[in-house]
Amino acid sequence: MKTLQIAFRNIFRNARRSLMTVLAISVSAVSVLLFGGFIFAIMYGMQTSIVQNIGHLHVYQKGYFDFGSGSPGAYGVSRYEEIIGAIKEDPQLKPLVQVVTPTLNVYGIAGNFEAEASKTFLGQGVVPSDGERMKNWDDYKLGERRHHKESGLSDADTEGGVVGIGMARMLQLCDKLQAENCKCNGAEKAVKVVEASTRAASASPPEIQPAEQPLPQSATQPELQPAQASADGGGEDFSTLAELDIQAKAGEKPDPRPKLEILAATVGGAPNVVSLYVNKAVNQGVKEMDDSFIKMHLSLAQRLLYGRGEKKVSGIVVQLKHTRDIPVARARLARFFSDRHLDLEIRDFRELSPMYGQVISMFGSIFTFISIIMGVIVLFTIVNTMSMSVMERVNEIGTVRALGVQRRGVLRQFLMEGCLLGTLGATIGVGAAVTVALAINAGAVTWIPPNNVEPVPLTILIFENAFLLPGTLVALVVLAVVSSFLPARKASRMAIVDALRHV
Amino acid sequence: MDLSENNGYAVRMTEVSKSYLMGKVEVPALLGITLEIPRKKFNVIIGPSGSGKTTLLNLIGCIDAPTTGRMEVCGQDIAALTDDRRSDFRARNIGFIFQNFNLIPVLSAYENVEYPLLLTKTPGRERKDLTLRMLEAVGLGAHKHHRPNELSGGQRQRVAIARALVKGPELVLADEPTANLDSKTGLSIIGLMHEMQTSNHTTFIFSSHDRQVMEQAEAVFEIRDGRLVEPHEPPRGSQS
Repeated sequence: MKTLQIAFRNIFRNARRSLMTVLAISVSAVSVLLFGGFIFAIMYGMQTSIVQNIGHLHVYQKGYFDFGSGSPGAYGVSRYEEIIGAIKEDPQLKPLVQVVTPTLNVYGIAGNFEAEASKTFLGQGVVPSDGERMKNWDDYKLGERRHHKESGLSDADTEGGVVGIGMARMLQLCDKLQAENCKCNGAEKAVKVVEASTRAASASPPEIQPAEQPLPQSATQPELQPAQASADGGGEDFSTLAELDIQAKAGEKPDPRPKLEILAATVGGAPNVVSLYVNKAVNQGVKEMDDSFIKMHLSLAQRLLYGRGEKKVSGIVVQLKHTRDIPVARARLARFFSDRHLDLEIRDFRELSPMYGQVISMFGSIFTFISIIMGVIVLFTIVNTMSMSVMERVNEIGTVRALGVQRRGVLRQFLMEGCLLGTLGATIGVGAAVTVALAINAGAVTWIPPNNVEPVPLTILIFENAFLLPGTLVALVVLAVVSSFLPARKASRMAIVDALRHV
Repeated sequence: MDLSENNGYAVRMTEVSKSYLMGKVEVPALLGITLEIPRKKFNVIIGPSGSGKTTLLNLIGCIDAPTTGRMEVCGQDIAALTDDRRSDFRARNIGFIFQNFNLIPVLSAYENVEYPLLLTKTPGRERKDLTLRMLEAVGLGAHKHHRPNELSGGQRQRVAIARALVKGPELVLADEPTANLDSKTGLSIIGLMHEMQTSNHTTFIFSSHDRQVMEQAEAVFEIRDGRLVEPHEPPRGSQS
């Protein structure tokens, strides 16, 4: 009834003081919302980036996650194509799943023998078309703000690959790849044909082919089987293996792309070498990764690790349509494997990318800290404003109490005023925050968020989270009411005669 | 509330004392007051400053409690009421007119007069009729939308009188209602209150040392040093 009306009029009684209070609340709302929106942009951006690269769930042979990186071949998943097919056709998983694809991790040494440079590498074999489809994942509708570059891989190019910028630099590939931010140390070394290749060339001169010639097929690629390696080259060094590879390829058409010879130990422990044609150098974001990463076609990685033996993969990547489906999909996959007596384990992207959790946790802590600071400012501002209001209206409080208003009526009156101040401030703050966020989102400001390698537009995602905006609004109003409680309680407990005597 | 058994007295006090603590010192304000104030009369409490008039009115108005003694207001034993019940009792039975008018500054004249009716939950149409009628009765029908700061002292006190009477209380208490008014305005206010008391058959109790008020009184109670002086006849010119 009159409580709201009187409260509304009272907050305009000292307009300047109320304005300052409302502004303090508004600034708090703007700060919390903008920072919250920024954190959600980081969180969703990071998650999108991670999920686009590694999916939501990884299926491994049991033990791979803990021990597999020391011996990736030993923890390979057999009959992975059957498993992938069954996952794709599972009636419960089918509606949840966007991409199911194999992946194979390999470790070894990559060498550019033209430049006499070699480097240990961390490699990943993928199905390029699946990788491209994974890049389309955009659960948080960030797509219009982000643009993906070509991956540099294709299903047809089974010997092509991409390397990290650092890797390209160390292997003297920058000029040939014309990669951005990639500069080799001085001019690339003149092509130095090793003696072995000279011998091979003199024995059988290579036929020069135009660059447009089709890429060499994997079927033509010689491979060293463990047994063969131990017999033919088991005691040789890396250059001897390369020499053998060059000899084998002496009659082939040359590929214009820079070539790396990559060496890895096969499942049996013997060394194996394959050639990789580098299509592109891509920044990996983290220097350690950038200096050692090679991404290649799955079949090439399999040839390197398994030779002609049974082809396995180190994991099966499952990308879901929505992140929220992880628990359901994970539970279903666990039952799926258990029913089929498959000794597989499931890990989600948070376990595979612990940095995601760390970054979210860090920003969450900062957000909490800022929110608390803002809350304390609002609390003290409102306590001050309401206390002043009570002090100025002591006589009025005595009058209404004498007229018959109960203690709780006075309490309600001042709480209502605090609530109105909070509502006004929070509403104005929300409006201002939305305006600023829209302006920032429409602007061309870019930055490089954690786990990203390319700059992305600075984005404030206020509406994407269902709780941020209403939560801030409600929290500020509740805080305003709570802040008003002490002054209101003091007002309601005044002795009527003392209040009436007050001048 | 049934006042039929009240023997015609609006207020009955028996050996009522009131003292205040000033730090650790107990200061007596009223000492053993025993009195009976008749209903539907124009009663005046007189006495010099600091004699205890306001304290007595506060006790009668149920906004303060006696230290000792027993008192009934409109037949109700006040000591038996909780704070909330006492508030309700005031809202229904007692009207206040203050020396400083004490209007709610953010409300218009109409809203100030309407306020007590909201506390008694009077229905909307009846509330509006009563409010307008009371504003007309005090001659402020044309000023109903004015805020207190847009009214003169006399007009404010008229609004206060309308506010005190609009709910038809058993008892109206006025603490020196003319003290802040010039003599001409004070006289008109006294006249208005007397007129309203007569037409509404309400018990009025004033505290005053204004001779104009005393001349209008039907019963005079004199307080001196916290004690009731023997009742005496109203001064010359009073109505009985």
